[in-house]
Amino acid sequence: MSPRTFLPAEFKVVIDKEACTQCGRCVHQCGWNVYTFDEAERRPVPNHAKCVACHRCVTYCPGEAITIKKNELAFRESDSMSPALIKGIWRQAETGGVQLTGMGNDRPYLRIFDHLLLDACQVTNPSIDPLREPMELRTFLGRKPDLVEVVSSNGKPRLVVELDRQLQLETPILFGGMSYGSVSLNVHRSLAIAAKELGTFMNTGEGGLHADLEPYQDNIIVQCASGRFGVDSDYLKAGAAVEIKIGQGAKPGIGGHLPGEKIDYQVSVTRMIPQGTDALSPAPHHDIYSIEDLRQLIYALKEATDYKPVSVKIACVHNVAAIASGVVRAGADIIYLDGFRGGTGAAPTIIRDHVGIPIEIAIATVDQRMRDEGIRNRASIVAAGGIRGSADVAKAIALGADACAIGTAALVALGCHVCQKCHTGSCSWGICTQRPELTRRIDAEWGASQLVNLVHAWTHEIAEVLGALGVNAIESLRGSRERLRGLGLDTATLEILGVKPAGR
Amino acid sequence: MTERDTRVNAADSSSVRNVPTGPARKGPTGIEPARITAGQPGGARATAEREGSRVVLDGKGIYYKTLNEQIREEIENGATEVILNNIIGQRYIGTGLAYEGVTVLINGVPGNDLAAFMNGPTLIVNENAQDGVANTMNSGLVIIKGHAGDVLGYGMRGGSVYVRGNVGYRVGIHMKAYGSNLPLIVVGGHARDFLGEYMAGGEIVVLGLDSDVEAVVGSYVGTGMHAGVMYIRGEIADHQLGKEVRIAEPSESDQARIAEIVRHYCAVMGLDSEEVLRRPFHKIYPYTSRPYGRLYVY
Repeated sequence: MSPRTFLPAEFKVVIDKEACTQCGRCVHQCGWNVYTFDEAERRPVPNHAKCVACHRCVTYCPGEAITIKKNELAFRESDSMSPALIKGIWRQAETGGVQLTGMGNDRPYLRIFDHLLLDACQVTNPSIDPLREPMELRTFLGRKPDLVEVVSSNGKPRLVVELDRQLQLETPILFGGMSYGSVSLNVHRSLAIAAKELGTFMNTGEGGLHADLEPYQDNIIVQCASGRFGVDSDYLKAGAAVEIKIGQGAKPGIGGHLPGEKIDYQVSVTRMIPQGTDALSPAPHHDIYSIEDLRQLIYALKEATDYKPVSVKIACVHNVAAIASGVVRAGADIIYLDGFRGGTGAAPTIIRDHVGIPIEIAIATVDQRMRDEGIRNRASIVAAGGIRGSADVAKAIALGADACAIGTAALVALGCHVCQKCHTGSCSWGICTQRPELTRRIDAEWGASQLVNLVHAWTHEIAEVLGALGVNAIESLRGSRERLRGLGLDTATLEILGVKPAGR
Repeated sequence: MTERDTRVNAADSSSVRNVPTGPARKGPTGIEPARITAGQPGGARATAEREGSRVVLDGKGIYYKTLNEQIREEIENGATEVILNNIIGQRYIGTGLAYEGVTVLINGVPGNDLAAFMNGPTLIVNENAQDGVANTMNSGLVIIKGHAGDVLGYGMRGGSVYVRGNVGYRVGIHMKAYGSNLPLIVVGGHARDFLGEYMAGGEIVVLGLDSDVEAVVGSYVGTGMHAGVMYIRGEIADHQLGKEVRIAEPSESDQARIAEIVRHYCAVMGLDSEEVLRRPFHKIYPYTSRPYGRLYVY
């Protein structure tokens, strides 16, 4: 007889029988149906194969009785055919399907941020204590004028140049686009409340703006993607800025596909599509086949919004600098670069793991290209896709970004354990799901406070870095690659980054 | 250009500080300033003749941004009928315009993205229109007495677009319906390739009137279509259809809907609807609402 499956369980759920209080909480907490409660023996029984190691049960077990272990089956060692590859082949041989995954690229590619070191002052130009001296982290995103002309009128200086509208951020950190539909409404609420409190912005992603978020619209960037879900003139006017989503770091060059199971009533109202139908976002915008077409949409959005800033989000691909130059010349006020480690609610594994380039390289090449062409002032650069902490933010800004956007890190603050199963819609933490019994696990006020704490902490850390560098404004670090050194990077990479090796 | 001319221009540009209306001034980097690309604020305004709630704007030589600003101003000030004369390719007319009970009549050829994101008004174009008409339009009516270009009705979610002549490529891509919002495109002549690609709702009708081409629609009709319907008056070969659609004879209720659409269209265009309805229609519809439902493994 053929086996039902070759696939072994990835994890083992180990329950300490002594510590187990037989309360059954694990059964209710697990969104993956790992547990059944054996009434006769009065104990939970796990189905190991269903466990994704999200630790919801571990966190909520009153007896601390549960441990999740790797199911460490020994395979004959092979650098070429790893157990992960073998299991992938089995999965596809059994189903014939394209493998899907969630979150960002988990492969051991070089993490350039971890090979960059920041400078500090010693003896000569003194460092600054950010606890006692003001640190300017306020950031303006948008097109800056080529020339600043000031005239004196009635003894007062008056700016002659008409400034384009800007987004004002109190810290150079914003939340990246995550759509309602892929994440739950309570996640959107948490992000919106936090953005308002922090004086920064959340981004709707391409799933429309739920009516509950209207009070926060001054701190919301609304997205217009190829599927145009939830996009109408009211939506465009509601946001502080509009973002055209061309690509996403986790899945450059491919479209989106929210399965019908996730389109419940509320998602359907917000996306303005019928319940239960698939929400397909075409890979390209079929009205954009050229830079000229992009320009046309940018200005259509400006006409429809009384000239609010327009951001264009692209995935970082091999030719990103030339593409970015075109995007800026097309009239984008902000260019949002999403690196290959950026997260996703669902992407084919092959694309997530093998397409794109690192954000560090993209920031450096785009910033340099825009400087070389004399157009750096025309658009702000937002860097995203692999920003894991405040050190990454500081390094990204030193490489040339104006601000950084976080997605995965924000979700981790809400309880995400990066189990990479976002595409299944069973998230036990209530983040990447629409099942009401799961989504209610996040209280928006609590979620907002987690996010506010995180961003405040990062902001303090960035201020510490600035103080150590002896500067008192984030503007002094922006594009200041002289304050970075590379350690263990090859000559070509250093040259592309515009960074010297440590010791030089 | 002579030396004298240069001096005159320099004087001009300094007297109208930062209000570039002429050729692009070079910035210190040798690259034209960003403000030029941002539009030409302060440019000449269209002359307006007002009579009651009706206003006539002369668009000759008027920059699109100024023209569209004036259209919005006139409507805000109570105009319900806006007549635009001498329109020569100005873009974004009616874009983002969100008013009920307003009619804009366009004499001349409007530019790209006519009625994009529009919500409510009626736009009448007496000549041809260009690309991107009714991009993501939400509601209202667009009547084009001539031909229209490519990507008409992209992501359109409501309202109607009636075109008397032919339309170009990629028309009605990803149109979608929701609740009472049901977008409708009626093409009098023929349509080119990729009609109704990714269509997620709404209705497209192609009549093939006065068409001298062999096929009233191009290839890849309804590729990736997963909701909505198309009614085509004329023959379609199997190779013209996308993989996700089927073709059928219209049912009785379909016939009733076709007649309703055609009668309204013909009344607007001044055509004999019974004559149009005499030739048979074909119905194109998706065979599943989830064409890619079984593609993935979790």
